[in-house]
Amino acid sequence: MIWKIFLFLLLGFVSVAGIAFPIVQSPTKWYEFPFIIGLEQNAKIIFFHVPTAWLTVIAFLMSTVFSVQYLRKKNLDYDAKSYAAAQLGMIFCILATVTGSVWSKFAWGSFWSWDPRQTSIFALLLIYGAWFALRSAIESEDKRATLSSVYSIIAFLTVPFFIFIMPRIMTGLHPGSADDTNAGPIVDFKMNPSMQLIFFLSMIGFTILYFWMWNLGYKSIILNEKINKQLTRG
Amino acid sequence: MTDFSLQAHSLQKSFGRRLVFCGITFNLNKPGVLGISGPNGSGKSTLIKILAGINSPTKGQVIHSDNGKEIISEKIHNYIGFVSPYLVLYNEFSAWENLNYFALIRNISFDKSKVESLLDQFLLLNRKDDLVKAYSSGMKQRLKFIFALMHSPAFIFLDEPTSNLDDEGKQTVYNLIKSESEKAIVVVASNERNDLANCNEVLDLNYYKR
Amino acid sequence: MKSYALFQKDFHSELRTRYAINSLAMFIIVAISVILFSIGNENISPGLTGGLFWVVIFFSAMSGLSRAFVSEEERGTSLTLQLIASPATVFTGKLLFNMILVFLMNIIITLLYSMLFAEFIIQNYLLFFLTFIFGNIGIAISSTLIAAIIAKAGSKGTLYPVLSFPILLPLILTSVQLTSFSIDGIPISEAVFELAIVVCYDIIMISASYMLFDFIWKD
Repeated sequence: MIWKIFLFLLLGFVSVAGIAFPIVQSPTKWYEFPFIIGLEQNAKIIFFHVPTAWLTVIAFLMSTVFSVQYLRKKNLDYDAKSYAAAQLGMIFCILATVTGSVWSKFAWGSFWSWDPRQTSIFALLLIYGAWFALRSAIESEDKRATLSSVYSIIAFLTVPFFIFIMPRIMTGLHPGSADDTNAGPIVDFKMNPSMQLIFFLSMIGFTILYFWMWNLGYKSIILNEKINKQLTRG
Repeated sequence: MTDFSLQAHSLQKSFGRRLVFCGITFNLNKPGVLGISGPNGSGKSTLIKILAGINSPTKGQVIHSDNGKEIISEKIHNYIGFVSPYLVLYNEFSAWENLNYFALIRNISFDKSKVESLLDQFLLLNRKDDLVKAYSSGMKQRLKFIFALMHSPAFIFLDEPTSNLDDEGKQTVYNLIKSESEKAIVVVASNERNDLANCNEVLDLNYYKR
Repeated sequence: MKSYALFQKDFHSELRTRYAINSLAMFIIVAISVILFSIGNENISPGLTGGLFWVVIFFSAMSGLSRAFVSEEERGTSLTLQLIASPATVFTGKLLFNMILVFLMNIIITLLYSMLFAEFIIQNYLLFFLTFIFGNIGIAISSTLIAAIIAKAGSKGTLYPVLSFPILLPLILTSVQLTSFSIDGIPISEAVFELAIVVCYDIIMISASYMLFDFIWKD
């Protein structure tokens, strides 16, 4: 119970701080954020957008790891874990896409401009979508678990290609891209300590939230399957 | 004369979270017939497929061995003959073409005289060049026996061997089980008493539920 | 050569039933004419023709390549195959069949395409040739593996492009890039990175296929 209160306070603080703390030209007080050229007030989305994108990747990774585990052990619990991770991954993927494109409307002038990161997250959305389509098409639990595990491993193998080829095919607009004119990852150079603190607190908070949701998610899937089994047996 | 043996170690199979059977253990190390019986839906076909190495069990393992050496799963198909109602041969080819392709894909020589004598035994010799599409279901079933026996397998798995067959066909199958059981390990899964008459041992799946 | 024998069987079966060939041939014609009609009298840039070229290839591949496994599964002959061949043999045989089909199909597409689109002018033939070879190999590998998945999933057709697209996307994006390089006449030395990506894709996908196919094939 204690950690739930802690998580509530943490995320509450991050939300309030992330939205309310002012951005000024030369920060002097601890609660003031620096002015980053090209980002300005829009920079505040980093506290919410980056964690969702981070969790999308974590969820995808976890889903693949549990898929491998399933193929090795043939235990349906692993499939439930993989499924729960993918469900959350899908949610965070949509959140990251939406927050990102809202931000890009104000920063770049349009909701979508096929920046490498946008294209990559679009590809990830497609993979998740295809994965759920595959799962819903199969009736038998074992077959569904096996085939979707195989598919998620193959899909995972395509990820490195996106990392390597995207920047060469399209020029990057995203902050932190290799050819970003403001140069260099913003996390290291452009943020002052207070901004970094809030940023990392937000990352930690969202990650804990994710693991909590995932834990509840896979347990409920397993329980659901067990209840269904009892119902069909009568 | 080589020594083949078929061992099953605490086999368990579940579909999803539903247990089909568990704790099946046996060891067959000389030619003979093992029967599998049980009511519909008790997992006879599932067990026979697992024993034939087509499906994998949820837990436990099946070991086929040749002179004490385990046959790896990559090679197992050349030691196995399998007959069942749900086995389907290629409709667009004739019986002869089907058998010829099977020998080619198995990479074994196509023993024409053996196949011809089998065709003769199952009364299909004069129809061997007809497309399987035109066969009746009983004829298809008889063709499956030729498919299962043409490469002289060491393990023969028969799932409901006499379905769709007439009395004459059934008699041929019983004679065949008797003659094959002198040199091969035969497993028969069926509910018909006559099919199981030649068995040295019968495994009743009712006793392997939890 | 067991897988070659399996390929022969499939080829013979294809000659008798003409399942894949007929629909594939019609699909190529339909896809190219849809593009021709939609362009009408517009002038399109050579770069765009390169992109459209891969669109035609992708959709034609999606229309025919799933047959390899779906036909076995539909007729119930996968069990027979399991009884006569190891999973690796089955995959190699089917891959060989799809490989031939992809190359045949894409040679026809390329010929038709370069006849019908005046703007589709290749300047660096060697680069285009290499892209064509490695791109086709990649398409054949991935689509064969996805075909095995959808055959076992028991769904007909509709799921196939949905599942294949994300897997083929890196390959297609790179191939489009390489094709536009060869239209612009960029020397091979400047396209080594992209070529290496396509080759890596082929290698990674083929190794993954052989590792994962056992799981798909055995129930």
